[in-house]
Amino acid sequence: MEGISDLLHGFSVVLSWTNFFYMLVGIILGVIIGVLPGLGGANGVAILLPLTFSMPPTSAIILLSCIYWGALFGGAITSILFNIPGEPWSVATTFDGHPMAQKGQAGEALTAAFTSSFIGALFAVIVITLAAPLVASFALQFGPAEKFSVFFLAFCSFVGMGKEPPAKTIAAMMLGFALAAVGTDTVTGSLRLTFGSTELLGGFDFLIAVIGLFGIGEILLTMEEGLSFRGKAAAINPTVVWQTWKGLPRYWLTMLRSCLIGCWMGITPAGATPASFMSYGIAKRSSKDGGKFGTGEIEGVIAPETAAHAAGTSALLPMLALGVPGSPTAAVLLGGLLIWGLQPGPLLFVEQKDFVWGLIASMYLGNIVGLAVVLTMVPVFAAILRVPFGIIAPIILVICAIGAYTVHNNSFDVIMMLVFGVVGYFFKKCNYPLAPLVLAIVLGDKAEEAFRQSLLISGGSVSVFWSSGLVGTIMALGLVALFWPAVSNLLGRLFRQRSPA
Amino acid sequence: MSNTPQASGTPGPRQRTVEACVALFVLALGTITIIGSLQAGIGWGEEGPKSGFFPFWVGLIVVLASVVNFVRAVAISPRRLFAEWSQLAEVRKIVVPMAIYVSAVPWLGIYLSSALLIAGFMRWLGRYGWPLTLCISLSLPVLTYVTFERWFLVPLPKGPIEDWLGL
Repeated sequence: MEGISDLLHGFSVVLSWTNFFYMLVGIILGVIIGVLPGLGGANGVAILLPLTFSMPPTSAIILLSCIYWGALFGGAITSILFNIPGEPWSVATTFDGHPMAQKGQAGEALTAAFTSSFIGALFAVIVITLAAPLVASFALQFGPAEKFSVFFLAFCSFVGMGKEPPAKTIAAMMLGFALAAVGTDTVTGSLRLTFGSTELLGGFDFLIAVIGLFGIGEILLTMEEGLSFRGKAAAINPTVVWQTWKGLPRYWLTMLRSCLIGCWMGITPAGATPASFMSYGIAKRSSKDGGKFGTGEIEGVIAPETAAHAAGTSALLPMLALGVPGSPTAAVLLGGLLIWGLQPGPLLFVEQKDFVWGLIASMYLGNIVGLAVVLTMVPVFAAILRVPFGIIAPIILVICAIGAYTVHNNSFDVIMMLVFGVVGYFFKKCNYPLAPLVLAIVLGDKAEEAFRQSLLISGGSVSVFWSSGLVGTIMALGLVALFWPAVSNLLGRLFRQRSPA
Repeated sequence: MSNTPQASGTPGPRQRTVEACVALFVLALGTITIIGSLQAGIGWGEEGPKSGFFPFWVGLIVVLASVVNFVRAVAISPRRLFAEWSQLAEVRKIVVPMAIYVSAVPWLGIYLSSALLIAGFMRWLGRYGWPLTLCISLSLPVLTYVTFERWFLVPLPKGPIEDWLGL
């Protein structure tokens, strides 16, 4: 198979001491970022992105993607030991993870969380390895209309699948598109929406928005809630790991189901957070111990963690193959690719073989290294959380400011970061989703370009989006996703009519 | 949450008020987008749709969605609190120093401002002693300098102190 030989070539690209060093640094930094409040995967990667401009792209993406894996692992530590989800996708892990820690089974819970994360990620990487070449060859037939339909599907999924009210999701998302439109029009090169301000000529950079919305906003929320970290002690020793591992194969069905949910939610950009909740819910309903969920069932840790990692990892497939990221962190990585001069999309697989397969190979290795690092270093990471907030908060603020400045070497960006931070705080408190806002800022120009090019080809007729089977199908899927709550309601009613219970 | 509106004064702003304000804020941004798009032209030009075409529709959707959000916000029970005043005071303790910090960066440089920010936080919010405060607030800028300017060769904004030190 061509995929396998490409993958082996990828391993030969990755396996050097420098890259291994970056992998290790990335994982450790990532876990720290995942553990600290206010520094998540997305803005951790955003802050470090400018530092990688001088590195070769393959090493840079290894470093940054490993930070992402590390952050995914790190979220579990705070959820289980401190009952504080370090990341939104580990909220579901707290339901059973923290009760386990209270019962004195912190070691078992952490081992189960890390191992199932690892399995979820591994499953997703295998899916990427097998599906990437197919998706890429398929995507070669894509014209502007097809491209726009993929963006349409991505954004509709947010509206229909999100747990926030649809009008709020739409408002946040469209605001993102509006912010993306500020500055130079990429199609004609003319200026728009700047209202004569020189600061706005370059438009809004999504990295600034990410650092502000996720970083500063998170700190403000933490400050308001007055969090005090009082966690359970954790000691993982080889005996506990071995005992837990022996018990895990019993839950193979839960794991498989969670992997599938995760991959589906990651590829259609719903993301890791809904995937973890959905997987937890389904496991609770189908398990024979479902009634005991919430009191410290190991299955309640396995299900959300597997799905979150499968989703987080598979989110990179649409990013690489189509240029549509499946999560905010994937969006930041996409921004990195563009800055390194790599155009994501089907041609990337043909023109930048070393890079793509190097990245995929690094996903395998990064997750193995990650599992080893987190299993051995949990006490160190837990100690970081015991540093008082009065010290850690200003340090995080300074790191965010430096990160915002280095994006364009511009002090105005630091001010914008604070503005985004305050907006992010109010949006979060009012239940506006931030992920579609960020994705819209990243993809705004490309979605608009595809839309206008399609209209140009058709001479202004919107029917171009229904003109062929492919584009029509994707648009129809988008509409189904957009009205998903209504559609699923209708299906449910039809089903009930046929079999009255 | 236990909140009794008849208690002395209100314990904090209402969720209803804040959500309505956020909806109006988003509505205003949508309106600005529409105005800007109209200035750029929303019709059909020589090279296809003009610059304002796409943002115009985007702005229109923002406005429509905000109207829905505003109506929904007004319907929220007046008993639901956004946050308590004491909690908002905690948030202000970060926002005000941050606002001073970001406006000081262009004048003082990022190193001096960062040291002052960390020292201020640790001394007045964390109530730490001077030795620990000085140790952390001075070591982070030095660490940043070494990492960014020496290792990765990324220049950061500098002020009078760096000029005086000749860096």
